[in-house]
Amino acid sequence: MRRVAIVGAGYTKFGECWDKSLRRLAQEAGMRALADAQVEGKDIEALFVGNMTAGRFIGQEHLSALAADRMGLTPIPSTRIEAACASGALAFRKALMAIQSGQHDIVVAGGVEKMTDVGGDSAVASLMGAADQEWESQIGLTFTGLYALITRAHMQQYGTTSEQLALVSVNNHKNGVHNPNAQYPFEITVEQVLKSPLIADPLRLLDCSPITDGAATVVLASEEAAKRFENPIWVIGSGQASDTIALHDRKSFTELQATIVSSRVAYKQAGIRPEQVDLVEVHDCFSINEIIAIEDLGFCKKGEGGKFVEAGKIARDGERPINTMGGLKSIGHPVGATGIRQLADLVTQLRGKAGKLQVNDAKIGLALNIGGSGATGVTHILANQNAL
Amino acid sequence: MPQMSSVPIAWRLQQPRYRLIGTICTKCNTSYFPPRSLCQTCRDKGKIEKHKFPGTGKILTYTVIRIAPEGFAEFAPYAIAIIELEPGVTVAGQVVGDPEQVKTGRKVKTTFRRMYTDGKDGLLQYGMKWELLDQ
Ligand SMILES: [Zn+2]
Repeated sequence: MRRVAIVGAGYTKFGECWDKSLRRLAQEAGMRALADAQVEGKDIEALFVGNMTAGRFIGQEHLSALAADRMGLTPIPSTRIEAACASGALAFRKALMAIQSGQHDIVVAGGVEKMTDVGGDSAVASLMGAADQEWESQIGLTFTGLYALITRAHMQQYGTTSEQLALVSVNNHKNGVHNPNAQYPFEITVEQVLKSPLIADPLRLLDCSPITDGAATVVLASEEAAKRFENPIWVIGSGQASDTIALHDRKSFTELQATIVSSRVAYKQAGIRPEQVDLVEVHDCFSINEIIAIEDLGFCKKGEGGKFVEAGKIARDGERPINTMGGLKSIGHPVGATGIRQLADLVTQLRGKAGKLQVNDAKIGLALNIGGSGATGVTHILANQNAL
Repeated sequence: MPQMSSVPIAWRLQQPRYRLIGTICTKCNTSYFPPRSLCQTCRDKGKIEKHKFPGTGKILTYTVIRIAPEGFAEFAPYAIAIIELEPGVTVAGQVVGDPEQVKTGRKVKTTFRRMYTDGKDGLLQYGMKWELLDQ
């Protein structure tokens, strides 16, 4: 298989961007990544776009052609990829494979979501499209509800506490303060989290990532093509796994098989163990998902994720820095864009360009993007020159 | 439910939803609820038949929905639990009554109730919910 590197990355300011349309966001992120890579439009051979549900959010489908059009890249092939909140990482994986296969040398992978044109209720209903319509949506479940069922099960089985959950949000907000593109760049306290309103017991408002507009883009190149780029960041592992669409159909509610399987595939491909990962981007759509990811990615024993967080090990200067640029909680969660945003943040860290947020001596980074309540898991492992 | 007519869906799901009828693969003796028409183990070698589940179960985990989605606001706050029908067979369902009484381990039985009001057609959809049995 050919080696592939990320040679450019960028994302828009995330937030409630009333002044920017989906097409404008996609274009902006695309131009940032191309400028970062210093590539011309004519160098790009193919485009992959991650998007969950623009059809429901803004009535626009056919994002593949739209993205190529707005980025001035017609007539290159463009493909839209959908796997709920894991659409971004999956679009990246398809771009990666397009280069590995020898089909293309320079490919763009982007993700975009425009969520705030519709009201909150409608956004919540649209997001439930990622769950089981027949047996979850139609009994009155919400995504917060699904993750609340997981949270309760984890608390019952392992004694995970609300304070430990709160510390996840506190950590991610602390990092997000210094991220200029974050939707909520301010610190929060454990007390604020614990006093925020219950949305679905035991999850509170500040356990949940927000509804966000935003787009992110990266440029990938084959080893051959990457030679002319400065500081390429290598993709050393990629894994993907599926699970039942409905949460209740799983044997365990306290682990995500899609994380376990996709990460084991990625570790094996990269030839590394979890202990060798210097920093991690996990899918903290809800605080519990960060705790479960810490366990399922192999950074601690099953059930000890809460204690891991409590011990400060996820801090930027801790044993395993997690969501060092703010995570979904502080940066925001435009569902189709998140998987690409995670990779863009790893690239910044591995280039040593994260400024105040820089993790010392970061060489290997891992990103985990989750779709639905865990029905899709996509893991990528990136490394800079110093790791090789 | 918003943005779609749920009439055909409700019609298709009538049997499982009204009467807790799932399926069983008689070849490997695995039962399924919600019903599956393809056995996960035997695949096309399996033999799928209808299977009536007893209308009782046990709560494995639960939540209380405080912010309800469209069509469910009148019920909020309401409890949703994952209920074990028999070992290895679990389904999510709404538990009626005082959500504060809902606890893991409590036994529940099915009850036929109004599920939601169809946003587009204003139709009332009925189906199965769960009520707590005396401890
Ligand atoms: Zn069978």
